[in-house]
Amino acid sequence: MLRFLVRRLVVALLVAATVMTLAFILTRLSGDLATSIAGPNATAADIEAIRKAYGLDRPLLTQFLDWVGRAVTGDLGESYFFKARVSTLIGERMPVTLTLGLTGLVIALLVSLPLGILGAVRENTAFDRGVQLVALLGQAMPSFWLGLILMIVFGLELGWLPISGTDSWDCYIMPGVVLAFSAIPALTRLTRAGMIQAMGSDYIRTARAKGLSRASILLKHALRNAAIPVVAIAAVQLGFMLGGSIVIEQVFALHGVGFLAWESIGKNDFPVVQAVVLVLAVIYVALTMLADLMNAVLDPRLRSA
Amino acid sequence: MKRGFRNIATWLGAAIVGIAAFCALFAPFLVPHDPFAQDLGKRLLVPFWMAGADPQHLLGTDQLGRDYLSRLIWGCRISMLIGVTVSIVSGLIGITIGVLGGFLGGRVDDAVLFAITTRLSIPVVLVALAVVGLLGSSMTLLVITLGLLLWDRFAVVARSTTMQVRNLDFVAAAWCAGCSRFRILTREVLPNIASHLVVVATLEIALAILLEAALSFLGLGVPPPLPSWGLMIAEAKDYMFFSPWVIMVPGVALFVLVLGINLLGDGLRDLFGARQP
Repeated sequence: MLRFLVRRLVVALLVAATVMTLAFILTRLSGDLATSIAGPNATAADIEAIRKAYGLDRPLLTQFLDWVGRAVTGDLGESYFFKARVSTLIGERMPVTLTLGLTGLVIALLVSLPLGILGAVRENTAFDRGVQLVALLGQAMPSFWLGLILMIVFGLELGWLPISGTDSWDCYIMPGVVLAFSAIPALTRLTRAGMIQAMGSDYIRTARAKGLSRASILLKHALRNAAIPVVAIAAVQLGFMLGGSIVIEQVFALHGVGFLAWESIGKNDFPVVQAVVLVLAVIYVALTMLADLMNAVLDPRLRSA
Repeated sequence: MKRGFRNIATWLGAAIVGIAAFCALFAPFLVPHDPFAQDLGKRLLVPFWMAGADPQHLLGTDQLGRDYLSRLIWGCRISMLIGVTVSIVSGLIGITIGVLGGFLGGRVDDAVLFAITTRLSIPVVLVALAVVGLLGSSMTLLVITLGLLLWDRFAVVARSTTMQVRNLDFVAAAWCAGCSRFRILTREVLPNIASHLVVVATLEIALAILLEAALSFLGLGVPPPLPSWGLMIAEAKDYMFFSPWVIMVPGVALFVLVLGINLLGDGLRDLFGARQP
């Protein structure tokens, strides 16, 4: 168990280091940063001043090591545009993105667990095919378009929900539903497949032979085993959702981390862009590690691996 | 019954993809009007199912008076072009490293697994937006960026299927016959994992089309005035509360195309899966 943990931790750190390097390279792709920051009307002297002020005149390697050295201690630098610390900016916006991501995950689980279980119990019936069809439709749905449709229907026509902002809890319902759509197909398929496999196994036959009730067999015995991969994938999906929420934050004008990144890209605010890429990647790495850990705790057979 | 349902779904998918491919290839001959020609006197004309439609413009016109049907057909060309080229780029990268990892094993495989893990931790939409935002939007840049980001599923599938094929008798026979490593990889391994890769390719085309639409919607994808469906939805957004059909038309087209590709992919998976021992 300990060896497994250490191994996972080392891989996670290496991934974080690689992403850091990539994020740094990414923001230097456009060539001369100072010219982009200064804008089209700047004089050569302005550009030179900016280059000095932001330390962009130093060799790239020095800039990189400086950034890494600070980032490791939690200092992600200063935003060119907002004139504030990047860590403060991200800290302010993170609750919105996390709330959105968790809302999406809860909605996705509330839909896909029952659908998957019922689909497995009624394998190859019209209901099962209906569930698979829903998964297929969800997969093909462009999230930003679904968001706009919901805004027209529930925001404008019916007037039930606010169409933008973060003032109250019901602002998160529509974006949460849209975000959930991206995870529902995978989670439903996995629950269904896991339940079908579990229902065909020996311990379920034993449970049936003991005369246990159908509900007890389904929920206590089969679901517990089928849930292991679902829990793992749910954590990973949350990571994808946080990364993908940039589109939905834009549609619903939720001022989260994704929105911040989008604004910063438009303003050539490189420290913010590279920090958001890094933070989202680190969260994803942490979530996948958590998924592996939960797997090991829930399924003792995996602990020795 | 199940087979019947599956078959209908697969044929439906094939039909949708076929029509889209036809539109994409022959767009210049199919469009009833110039998709770029503006006519400010004919702004936001309604489509044929609404009262007061202009028979000249079956799907109406957009906010600059451009024929919506023509832009839709041209947009199909852009979506298909991006979907196919992105999956070629990502397929080349993913299949190469996946096959090498699965075939060689050991340190190489560790490196491949690490590359896949790293790639998965990178937020695709954000990085693609940043690249296009920093370097300026163009179709070529978009294809290269998405190609460099979407190879993970190709690599995962190529790696695991290669591992299965590697130990089969015909590969051992080829070793014994003195075939080179390169020959075994290209003549023995690749043809036997190709069916799995075709299925992945359909999924990737669908994913690339959706991503392109999302990026264009955010203004950092295909540059205007090209009629990308995502861009059409973005431009129509300001009018959607008064004339909802302006976002319905390109949105439904996008949804149907992606659904069709996925249906075809699922059908192919069943078809190839049935043949496997």
